[in-house]
Amino acid sequence: MKVLLSWLREFAPIEGDPAELADQMSDLGMAVEEMRVLPPLDGVVVARVAGLRPHPSADRIQLVDVDLPGSQGAGADGALQVCCGAFNMSVGDLVPLATVGSTMPNGMEIGERRLRGELSQGMCCSAAELGLGTDHEGIMILPDGMELGAPLMDQLGLAGDVLYDLEINPNRPDAMSVAGVARDLAARLGVPFEMRRPVVDESDPDVASVASVEIVDADLCGRFGARAVRNVSVSVSPLWMQMRLVLCGMRPINSVVDVSNYVMLELGTPNHTYDMALVPGGHLGTRRSPRGETVVTLDDQERPMHAGDGLIIDRDDQPIGIAGVMGGASTEISESTTSVLVELAWWDSLSITRTSQRLGLRSEASMRFERGTDFELVPTALDRFCELLNEVTPGGVAVCRGRIDERGNLPAPPKVAVRPARISHLLGQEFTAQQVRDLLEPIGLQCAPESGAGASLEVTVPSFRPDVATETDVAEEVARHYGYGRLGRTVPRSPTPGALSPAQRLRRELRRVLVGAGLSEAMPNPFLAPDALHRAGITGSDPVRLLNPLATEESVLRPSLLPGLLAAAAYNESHRNDRVSLFEVGVVFAQPGAFSATSAEHAGPDGFPVETEHLGAIWTGGEAADAVRLWNLIATAFGIHATLVNTTDLDAMHPGRAARVMLASEQAIGIVGEIDPGVCERHGIDSRCAWLQLELAPLLAAAATASDRPYRLVSTYPSSDIDLAFSVPDSVQSSEVRHTLQAAGGNELRSVELFDVYRGDQMAPGTRSLAYRLRLQADDRTLTDEQVAQLRQRCINAVEATHGAALR
Amino acid sequence: MAPRSRTLPAVNGPATEAGRDTLLADIGDARARGLAAVAAAASADELAEVETTLLGRKAALGQIKQTLRSLAHEHRATVGRALNEAQQALREAHTAAADGLATAARREQLRNEQLDLTESLSGPGRGHLHVVTQTTERLEDVFVGMGFTVSEGPQAETDWYNFEALNLPAAHPARSMWDTLYLDLGERSELGDGEGGEASNVLLRTHTSPVQIRVMEVQPPPIYTICPGRVFRRDTADASHMPVFHQIEGLVVDRGISFTDLAGTLEEFTSAYFGKAISSRLRPSYFPFTEPSAEFDITCVLCEGTGCQTCQRTGWIELGGCGMVHPNVLSNCGIDFEEWTGFAFGFGIDRLALMRHGIDDLRDMYTNDIRFLAQF
Repeated sequence: MKVLLSWLREFAPIEGDPAELADQMSDLGMAVEEMRVLPPLDGVVVARVAGLRPHPSADRIQLVDVDLPGSQGAGADGALQVCCGAFNMSVGDLVPLATVGSTMPNGMEIGERRLRGELSQGMCCSAAELGLGTDHEGIMILPDGMELGAPLMDQLGLAGDVLYDLEINPNRPDAMSVAGVARDLAARLGVPFEMRRPVVDESDPDVASVASVEIVDADLCGRFGARAVRNVSVSVSPLWMQMRLVLCGMRPINSVVDVSNYVMLELGTPNHTYDMALVPGGHLGTRRSPRGETVVTLDDQERPMHAGDGLIIDRDDQPIGIAGVMGGASTEISESTTSVLVELAWWDSLSITRTSQRLGLRSEASMRFERGTDFELVPTALDRFCELLNEVTPGGVAVCRGRIDERGNLPAPPKVAVRPARISHLLGQEFTAQQVRDLLEPIGLQCAPESGAGASLEVTVPSFRPDVATETDVAEEVARHYGYGRLGRTVPRSPTPGALSPAQRLRRELRRVLVGAGLSEAMPNPFLAPDALHRAGITGSDPVRLLNPLATEESVLRPSLLPGLLAAAAYNESHRNDRVSLFEVGVVFAQPGAFSATSAEHAGPDGFPVETEHLGAIWTGGEAADAVRLWNLIATAFGIHATLVNTTDLDAMHPGRAARVMLASEQAIGIVGEIDPGVCERHGIDSRCAWLQLELAPLLAAAATASDRPYRLVSTYPSSDIDLAFSVPDSVQSSEVRHTLQAAGGNELRSVELFDVYRGDQMAPGTRSLAYRLRLQADDRTLTDEQVAQLRQRCINAVEATHGAALR
Repeated sequence: MAPRSRTLPAVNGPATEAGRDTLLADIGDARARGLAAVAAAASADELAEVETTLLGRKAALGQIKQTLRSLAHEHRATVGRALNEAQQALREAHTAAADGLATAARREQLRNEQLDLTESLSGPGRGHLHVVTQTTERLEDVFVGMGFTVSEGPQAETDWYNFEALNLPAAHPARSMWDTLYLDLGERSELGDGEGGEASNVLLRTHTSPVQIRVMEVQPPPIYTICPGRVFRRDTADASHMPVFHQIEGLVVDRGISFTDLAGTLEEFTSAYFGKAISSRLRPSYFPFTEPSAEFDITCVLCEGTGCQTCQRTGWIELGGCGMVHPNVLSNCGIDFEEWTGFAFGFGIDRLALMRHGIDDLRDMYTNDIRFLAQF
């Protein structure tokens, strides 16, 4: 919210360096986002247009003769000649003239120069050029009565003024007004704050004889005040008012609307004006809408109402406005308006929030109603409206006697029992009852000692602070006005030491294994396009969808890490980053009730999507062996005993080059292999890609890292190596032969190494040769030749018997 | 070796002085020839041959040794000593020559093995952790050092955990502070709101605060924990916003926890993470789940407080939000707020990564371009 220092000063004698005042406001929680000392505009003065002539050689420029008493270089007729690109002024208008030698807010220096051959002795300025508004279309036309030749900013009353742009938190409805900001700042500065009572000169008839108000739904409208004003002539509001509105971010419309907005900015009380002639019988009502009604709003849009929306209705129960959000077109103020009914109501904030959010209509008014306005201010604000309208209307207006003031349900001003000891406990610093009182009373929280309770205070919360309802809220006010920065700093100590959980440590270790193996960590978008799964070769998946995605391309929650890493691989491929290896550790989602492929335990509670943490790794220009090697590395690092089981029907995978990773418990925890080249092609990846995918929870559960493992005695007895080559049918996996060897070799078989694979002419069709080196060793003795021979035979027998293999 | 005291038996044989002298001359002769032969050997093979001819039993000295027994007792010691000396000299000469040849051969071999080590072809090298992971781990380490544990929770949450339990009832105006992505679970979810079937109660968490609620539900205080993790907002991606980003929040609930504890903890974290030159300050703010609430600023890390473009010349940059846990939040988790008080704080992880590495555009962090990833 924007406030002018001069406006604040109308409520409290606020003095001091503007930057220090900004710091104070920020420290009070009204963060100053921007502070602008209005440019002094030295050399910009009030001048009169004495004549307008076409430029002899340019269509888009005209020559303006301006009167400026006592100016240097004036022509024979006493006028200066200025070239000007705007055509909105007439002879006799007062305009701001930047004289030769002056500097504009944007740093441009005004010099005497020629434009297309014609002399220009200064510049006529728009509001935007002067930093006084956004209008740069035309030259600013100044009101009559300004002193010719006088400095503009003096005449505008803005000389030395400061504009602050404040960020007001949602819990500070009081600070959504000039008066409220002034109250808070005055309290901090220790200067008195005063809300002046407006002076209204009333006349007959009584308002009750020309207007009436009925509150139908008392829970919607807590207070509905109105006043009637006659003899209104709608015109342009005075420049000082326009200037304040413009600087505070509002567009001047006409005198009535400007006054209405001015009162809202000043007091934080949104209000609405009706052309009374267009309101049958001067009657306004308010009720909630049933479904099916429509209102044509000020912006000429027909808006359908939902059940419960707040409406302003006329005598005939017809909707003529949306309560607290936007007025209706049918009663709008126009040039011909002569009598005005002004509405100043207090609305239930939740109702306004719901309606304005649903309609996407957020106005300065609805913003204030949503936070909660001050219902006690209704009479004052009504009077202020009348006072100002009278002031800005030439010849004045006739204000009907009295106010209409109907009431619905209003919140009772809460009384909060506050224990200074509790405040001290919460803030970590001792505050006495007196200190608490001294901090609270200047901001309107009245403190009385609570009857009977020794050290407690009874705090009465004013109607402009609906956010303060509990002792804790009061504690914040105490802290805020004492100053957060003045409170001390202490460090509490946890009674237990901090640590990562075992799973968190393992996850870190996993990432380091991957990085050590040369892979880099990617973070692809977890949102996928609907066709991404199909493109990645993933079938039969019913992914979780977003209800309100930003774009269809990001409307599906990934059920697998593959599509994201494929996209990352494709991105690198298309940017000539060849042979990349990337991994991701991340969550994948499945529909509620869809159990993780491997274990029921990871299914979330009923109704939740199932979240499973996966590791995915991709290699462009890679082969299945890359994935297998990485798996072996992970298995070694985590002490996991698992086998790879060749599988031909895995989604997205090369049917002949993929395997499941199976734990000893027969639980499948992942996939290794080569991605189906067709999938790569669909992603624009020309090279082959390897893929590894592991489910983290079972992986980490099975992990026994080096630090967890017990020592196994290193035998000091000699070992013997034997080599066995078998002819093995292609249908039998090498890993199966290994298992058989391990089982047959028993404790004395210390290691099995596959050292040669041979396929070729010397082999029977459908078989290949697998050669293993076995190391045999006992813990407690040297194995005799005979024992070694026995073990050897046992291993041969087992492999031959189990796998239909033959020793070569 | 025989003991010295042993008396040699008397033998017959050339016992004359002349015989002795002849033997000594032969020994001297053999020694000289031997040394010459060793010196002449040019290779290990030649040297091996010399060894057999000089030091074997059939070598000249060996043969002389055979005759030693027949020498008169009184001469035996003299000749024996000469013989031993000669053999010793030859052995030493042989060893020295062998060593010299071996050294020369090794030197020659190594010379032939010379490589240009800068010829190495690029291999797979070490990979890189994502900057977000690196930043998260660094943050975790600081807080673990301060006595915190690390808590995690689901990314899909219910309205209760993400909003209501955090003192954000439905239609709370402050809900508009978070643009929320909801999940379409159709009929499958019993958690669906069901208002005309259009609303869903399952959403992607907009902050990691739901983890705080889940911790407080199951763990009785004292609680000292941080919740880092991925969060989601319905935001269009731009240089400083992503719909998917990362946050870290902290929660302390204990007896006697106060606002000064919050300020002190954040200050300790700030200097531990950013360095001693960087400090923190708190400004009043508003969050539904904390009261009092504060904005948490740190000294601008670029200008260290002197004022620059990044901090808009204020010397401070906004890091995150914090405050004392709202009594309603504690109550919602079954914690008695008269007995226990607490504070919470939270800030973005991605932005810290940007700041540390001088990355201008958040989107760069998520292209997964190896040329980006490999820099960190």
